[in-house]
Amino acid sequence: MAVSQNPAPPQERRAPWSPGRAARRRGSPGSSRGPRGPRNLRGRSSSGGSRSLWPYLLIAPAVAGGVLLLLYPLLRAAVISFQHFRMGELIRGGAAFVGLDNYRELLAAEEFWTVVARTFAWTGINVALIMGISTAVALMLLRLGRRMRVALMSVLALVWATPIIAATTIFQWLFQSELGVVNWALTGLGFDSFRGYSWFADGTAMFGVLVVLVVWQSVPFAALTLYAGLTTIPAELYESARIDGGTGRQVFTMVTFPILRPLFALVTSLEVIWVFKCFPQIWVLSQGGPDDATTTLPVYAFKIARVLHRYDLGSAVAMLTVVILAVALIGNLRRMLKQEGAES
Amino acid sequence: MRGVRSREAASDAREIVPGARRTTAGTRRTAADAHRIAYGARRGVLNVAAATVLAVMIFPVYWMFATAFKPTAEIQNETPGLWPAHPTLEHFATAVGADGFWTFWRNSLAVTGAAVLLALVVALLSAFAVARMRWRGRGPFIVMIFAAQMAPWEALLVPMFVIARDAELLDSLAMLTGVYFMVTLPFTIVTLRGFLAAVPAEVEEAALVDGCTRFAAFRRVIFPLLAPGLMATSLFGFITAWNEFAFVNVLIIKDQDKRTLPVWLSSFRDVFGTDWGATMAAATLFALPVLVLFLFLQRRVGAGMISGAVKG
Repeated sequence: MAVSQNPAPPQERRAPWSPGRAARRRGSPGSSRGPRGPRNLRGRSSSGGSRSLWPYLLIAPAVAGGVLLLLYPLLRAAVISFQHFRMGELIRGGAAFVGLDNYRELLAAEEFWTVVARTFAWTGINVALIMGISTAVALMLLRLGRRMRVALMSVLALVWATPIIAATTIFQWLFQSELGVVNWALTGLGFDSFRGYSWFADGTAMFGVLVVLVVWQSVPFAALTLYAGLTTIPAELYESARIDGGTGRQVFTMVTFPILRPLFALVTSLEVIWVFKCFPQIWVLSQGGPDDATTTLPVYAFKIARVLHRYDLGSAVAMLTVVILAVALIGNLRRMLKQEGAES
Repeated sequence: MRGVRSREAASDAREIVPGARRTTAGTRRTAADAHRIAYGARRGVLNVAAATVLAVMIFPVYWMFATAFKPTAEIQNETPGLWPAHPTLEHFATAVGADGFWTFWRNSLAVTGAAVLLALVVALLSAFAVARMRWRGRGPFIVMIFAAQMAPWEALLVPMFVIARDAELLDSLAMLTGVYFMVTLPFTIVTLRGFLAAVPAEVEEAALVDGCTRFAAFRRVIFPLLAPGLMATSLFGFITAWNEFAFVNVLIIKDQDKRTLPVWLSSFRDVFGTDWGATMAAATLFALPVLVLFLFLQRRVGAGMISGAVKG
């Protein structure tokens, strides 16, 4: 499996958020746009009246989908979180509004705060590992010979494409207590305490397995994206830094990192969002157990809603998740819009 | 390495006599050699490190394939062999013969295909409006798309369940298709718009001048140029929908015939017990369409996909 056989032209390698793309879009002579968005075809559309209905007809299906399947559920969650909504209301309807009762109950529960702290720890550990390893792999890719680089990139792409549930099932097999290859390898390396060790029975071990799984799944995307960003840095910059006597570490902290800071920020926030709301891996491997040791906020919301039939409380947790994530989301959105402003 | 260096030093010592000039030249050559050797050593270390990363990353996937092809006796061997000594297809037969396998496969394919196709068509319309037209509300629309792209879907499991129940759409593949359509739509619009913007407007204008209708210009000129973009985008949508687990888990509760492969695979214990060979064969069959599609499309799309992708 080969990631592009012929090295793509440099522009193609660029990540969408790199400055190069804006230049490329504007680059072709004659296609320069006015300051207020695309001028293309304006002549024609204005002949039919610039207040044409066409664009609105074209976006109508997308808007309808968004309203029905995204906005409405979000509003519904908000409403339910202010209601008394349990098994009875689910069947009969007619839920009564109870104001902030659900939130009060939630914020008073010690369990909730434990889950929040655990979710932050889960996100912090995973994202730190993902970014560290991905940066190392991306820098490594940059220095490898062609054949080795293509091989490594292909493997990363393969891992990236492996479906989440398939990967989760594989990890269950890898970490089996009796026939699992991990215990066999650890025992072979002299760690005799791992003979028949059951990873899924202990909270900390389970947490560790999930971290390994999520990091393994996330590194390819981050590493390939960071590598794509690294290739946009002109080689002359490195050369002049070297000539000025910069060590490898100095070159990274003073040349590479500052240039790629926006890309690092973007990848980091994407990983934060992804890890924070990660659900299927945890649910399939541990269902939040053992002893709630791997219950993060999304798992918690799902558990109290579907297992305890407290749809009201589950919705409140979901709303709080959205609020917490909004910090990362809004930062991201602003970056995207800034990029957007730079492009058009 | 040290040996080489000391030999160089010896040759320097011999050359000292003819003159200071030669000496400096010799020293310079030695430094260059040392540099080259250090570079070679670094290269070696780098390659070893890369090979290690490669092996660690590939191992889980490899182990899935290896286990799927091993006879049960080999799987249960105290010392696991690195590859199947006597490859067998019996586990695949077990997996394929399992209750409802083909139903789930068909469900997965139908839901994924319908969702991706729907998203492509709807997104193409919107992307065209955004990339090629100027209208009031274009800016806010783009903001909404970006925001929707980061929607915390996992937080919407509970309301989605309640809504589906009210609308009597529980256990319905249509509801599932709708959700997957919406999950993939924002990303599809953003990428297609990028690909559309990369097609110079002059090409389209030329076709219009030559007497094409706008639709004909789109179909004959833009669409062919857009094909790689459409493929890259559909690949991402396909992976997302094929993979999806949380919503099937919530929305399909009673009618087991409406389940999709991820849910079936996650409940393999009920199906295969501790038959890891069959489980890994099932996982292989589940992962294979995505890996094959990836392999097939990636060569054409290349880095464009990596640069255009944002994880859902």
